[in-house]
Amino acid sequence: MGRPTRVTNHIRALRFGAGEMTQAELADRLGVTRQTIIAVEQGRYSPTLEMAFQIARVFGVPLDDVFDYPKEG
Amino acid sequence: MPFEEKMTWVSVVVTILVPVWYLVTVLGRLQDTTAAEIAWQRLMLIAFGATVALTIVGAILMSIATSVSAVARGRKPADDIDRKDERDKTIGRRGDVIGYWVASAGMVAVLILTMLEYEYFWIGSALYLSFVVAMVVSSVVKLVAYHRGF
Repeated sequence: MGRPTRVTNHIRALRFGAGEMTQAELADRLGVTRQTIIAVEQGRYSPTLEMAFQIARVFGVPLDDVFDYPKEG
Repeated sequence: MPFEEKMTWVSVVVTILVPVWYLVTVLGRLQDTTAAEIAWQRLMLIAFGATVALTIVGAILMSIATSVSAVARGRKPADDIDRKDERDKTIGRRGDVIGYWVASAGMVAVLILTMLEYEYFWIGSALYLSFVVAMVVSSVVKLVAYHRGF
């Protein structure tokens, strides 16, 4: 299974840091399916900017602490 | 599995099963009669009706199965059935656009058959085939997107 996006994220670590929040709990907080959370965590789906901000807001951290994008060159 | 993916599976199964029935029935009749004389209209209308009816039945069965599964996991059924998120919508649009191009290519083939004055049977069947292939390709694109990402 490939990684169609170059965006990486720390959602898994952030979930564990937030009292071992499950994927289902995060999905419920965001109003998305658990499969979407799994796809985002595994880099199979890049969320919209709006959802990215919502994820960051759930963990109370800036966007940069949730997502990384590799520098050119 | 998201509910939208389950519904895509229902669509792909129904969209393959019904045309296969239509094809087998029509081919059977073609052995006894010519394309010009075959009564294909009634069969195709039955196929359309069956597609709609089976899709509704599939949706109901999927809803029941999803509800039972949700309750067993201590969740509200509506949380799993009604939840269509941005990823579902993006995947849906992606599949629909590709299906549109496949159907458009099929329409060109139908146009050519019409220009060459083929029997109505072949024109109608080519049109039906275009819709079927477009729907199957659209559903497969969606299923691949659900599993491999995009």
